[in-house]
Amino acid sequence: MLAGLLIIFPLVAAVLVFFTKDGASNFNSTTATGDAVVSFGKKNTARNLAFAASIVEFLLALVAICPVEYAPDSALLNLNCTWVESLGIHFAVSIDSLSLLMVLLTTFLVPLIILSSFKTNYENANSFYGLILFMQMALIGVFTANDGFLFYVFWELALIPIYFICLLWGGENRGQITFKFFVYTLFGSLFMLIGLIYLYNHTNVDGQKSWAVQALYDAGRSLTATQQSAVFWLIFIAFAIKMPIFPFHTWQPDTYVTAPTQGTMLLSGIMLKMGTFGLIKWLLPVVPLGLQEWGNTAIILSVIGIVYASCIAIAQKDFKRLIAYSSIAHVGLISAGILSGNQQGVQGAIMQMLAHGVNVVGLFFIADILLRHTGTRDMDKLGGIRSMNGNFAVLFLIIVLGSVALPLTNGFVGEFLLINGVYQYSAYIAAFAGLTIILGAVYMFRAYQNIMLGEKKSSFIEFGSIAKSDKVVLIVIVIAIIAFGVYPAPLNYFAEVAAQTILNK
Amino acid sequence: MKGLLIISGLGILAMLAEVFKFKKLLLPLVLLGIVAAFAFNFMEWNTGLSIPYFDNMIGFDKPALAFSGIILATAFFWFILANDYFEEDTNLVDHFALVLFALVGALMLTSFKNMTTLFLGVEIMSIPLYVLAASKKHDMKSNEAGFKYLIMGSFASAFLLFGIALIYGASGSFDLHKISDYISANANDLPMFFYVGVVMMLVAMCFKVSAAPFHFWTPDVYEGSPTLITALMSTVVKTAAFAAILRLFLVDFAGVNELWKGILATVIALSLIIANFTAAMQTSVKRMLAYSSISHAAFMLMVILANVRSNLSLDAIIYYSLAYSVGSIAAFGVLYNVSRKGDETYSAFNGLAKRNPALALCMAVAMFSLAGIPVTAGFFAKYFVFTAMIGTPYKWLLILAVLTSVVGVYYYLKVIIAMYFGKAETTEKIAVEKSQLFVIVFTTLATLAIGIVPSFVAEMFKF
Repeated sequence: MLAGLLIIFPLVAAVLVFFTKDGASNFNSTTATGDAVVSFGKKNTARNLAFAASIVEFLLALVAICPVEYAPDSALLNLNCTWVESLGIHFAVSIDSLSLLMVLLTTFLVPLIILSSFKTNYENANSFYGLILFMQMALIGVFTANDGFLFYVFWELALIPIYFICLLWGGENRGQITFKFFVYTLFGSLFMLIGLIYLYNHTNVDGQKSWAVQALYDAGRSLTATQQSAVFWLIFIAFAIKMPIFPFHTWQPDTYVTAPTQGTMLLSGIMLKMGTFGLIKWLLPVVPLGLQEWGNTAIILSVIGIVYASCIAIAQKDFKRLIAYSSIAHVGLISAGILSGNQQGVQGAIMQMLAHGVNVVGLFFIADILLRHTGTRDMDKLGGIRSMNGNFAVLFLIIVLGSVALPLTNGFVGEFLLINGVYQYSAYIAAFAGLTIILGAVYMFRAYQNIMLGEKKSSFIEFGSIAKSDKVVLIVIVIAIIAFGVYPAPLNYFAEVAAQTILNK
Repeated sequence: MKGLLIISGLGILAMLAEVFKFKKLLLPLVLLGIVAAFAFNFMEWNTGLSIPYFDNMIGFDKPALAFSGIILATAFFWFILANDYFEEDTNLVDHFALVLFALVGALMLTSFKNMTTLFLGVEIMSIPLYVLAASKKHDMKSNEAGFKYLIMGSFASAFLLFGIALIYGASGSFDLHKISDYISANANDLPMFFYVGVVMMLVAMCFKVSAAPFHFWTPDVYEGSPTLITALMSTVVKTAAFAAILRLFLVDFAGVNELWKGILATVIALSLIIANFTAAMQTSVKRMLAYSSISHAAFMLMVILANVRSNLSLDAIIYYSLAYSVGSIAAFGVLYNVSRKGDETYSAFNGLAKRNPALALCMAVAMFSLAGIPVTAGFFAKYFVFTAMIGTPYKWLLILAVLTSVVGVYYYLKVIIAMYFGKAETTEKIAVEKSQLFVIVFTTLATLAIGIVPSFVAEMFKF
């Protein structure tokens, strides 16, 4: 019930927001399509409605916590209706520990993402916020789907709103870049579809084919090692592109930089987790033999990605692009942890997914604030902001610390477990994966130093104070970073259960 | 069968309209007639009897009725869409009659039981289309289209006829069942010229569905013909031709499938590669849609390749035809309205989202459907094809299909990017006639509806 509600509610809200009138007033203006136009005195019904809806959605998600812990089989959490009977397709969604965490992450971040847009006035705001809510619907669908086909449908559905968000409200050269992004990800998805259909063809539940997740698990395990290897690659490519893992990452930096801030946040904060979530739920338990055969290769690719992306991040001048590369590095470690296939690795990956989601949204928001207040993200042109706005400097610093995984921040728990997990798999690989700690500190602190410390540069006049809504977003993120750094136990509990369930399946 | 008779009657009626001066009434009459034909079609479906007519020359069994239903429904919407195409032209009645006779041919192709009926169907359908393709009399390109279509079409008909003759020579019969029996009785010592006959028929049918390497006429004819005639060709004609192929190869030549499967696989591979890569290079949306129709033809042929003698393939092809027809009607309807000033390139679509948001949204859904993105009808159509192919030895073809459909996404998205991102030269609104908007919106909604509830269609066409 609740799972279904969590999916339907944003959809209904999205439709409502889409049909609110304000924002459509600019429709005939001759200004460039989609460039953020600052206008004053406009009503913001669409925006406020979207924000309220996302808050309600978050509260709904919180309701799920207790039942997941005490009554995991209750009808509240599970929904299973027939969709296409003759093909064994069901609209089956449920919330278990793993999806609970992902749903909480999504519903926690979406209000922040909407709130973060309050100081930017987007043209056609109703479409913009409608698409964000639509995207939330698809994301929750991905995280709760218990039916392979449904998973695929939501997986694809999530692509459409973000494609339009990037295309309509993105920056320079967005046509080409979003296009590359779309085709790249679709390329992976289609192979995943083939892989899933292949599994489906081998399912057998009472003589019937079925798309149910458990049936697919059984089907996957009944295959020979060669078949499993094929399925492994078919499905892995889709996830690898989504995350992205080296060498499938080439779409990512451009897309992140070009997308509007909220789009980047959705992409990096939540959509990226679709890939890692997919690895955990839709690959790890499906093809154990395939993983044995090729897991090593995949881990090495992930680790190459860590080192490679970190090195490129060090050389970046644009702060947003730096975060984009840092994201590749982080996700490389997450994927290495998952693929190592042990308790610490998977548990750490789940924890790190949550932490990375929060931190990266914070960082991209910082980049957005910098751009709005100084007109540039070029780190060479920035400097000395700390002396102009001390509060901002503190908030920024804490987010940076979370991102480099200092103890007592949320990033630490996950990263520690991850490296532990990879170490159990292979000490050599762990040694390289561990470089992320050092390299991460190098590029993050250098960026902080360049932007906040030192002499004020002549390229901008005054930093000014931060708007209230912006402050709220930053403070909430900082609280989350510290709170779950100091006391990660509640999340850790669910992550542990989730990892155990997946590994014992 | 009653449907076929009604449509034939309508065609004759249309020719009389000029003489008896009821031109104004013609369109309502035609629409009414099509509805009646559809209703009779539906009733025959419910009775579930398959009565052979004219000494087993023709017979409406369930697949025939299903395809006829799709063709009639498409034709109904096509006529509403086309009402002003008829108005602005002087030879109104001729056009009505020609389209209706093409429709008669299409219905015959769904229901033939005999090689002669097949040939008659192909000719009755094609000859009006040759004329219709050239119906913009003062336009060079339209004339070229008609002429090209005629020459190439006649060539294909010759192949078909020769193939039929050779098969007759071997089996001594035109009757499909007798030929089928003949194949199974003499499975091991069929004469060489029988095989040649089958291959020649395959070539002729590939020509009709414009599969590579027999596709060269398609882009020119599609581009040169009036847009609405192109819409007719890519929906009604395609569906009918596939109904014919399905009956011929899955039912009657199933016994010699080892022979034609290899050829068909090559045809499909060529179609996928040539169509998608050439489509990606087009600047004209109409030409792009022409190439895209080749690629969709390849997808439908894949189903035939995958499942010999199985109902699954029947379902899949019917679903695919329906999804493709519905999406194409929407797409061509938008194209027709956008390109009224003669510009059919991508730049004509620039800024459509501002000039007419409703059209842009419909076109976006149609493009997503043709590209096969969930939850549109096109996605399930592709899904059925993939499911059918995965159990066959032709896995390489499946991989090829996936790769080329990613290329496909490229050119479909180009339209969407142009609509939402391109800068229009004018901000002038595009006005759309109400009846046309109704068809476009309705087909768009149908695209979504049969995408969200595919079981509805699957249940409806249960065999």
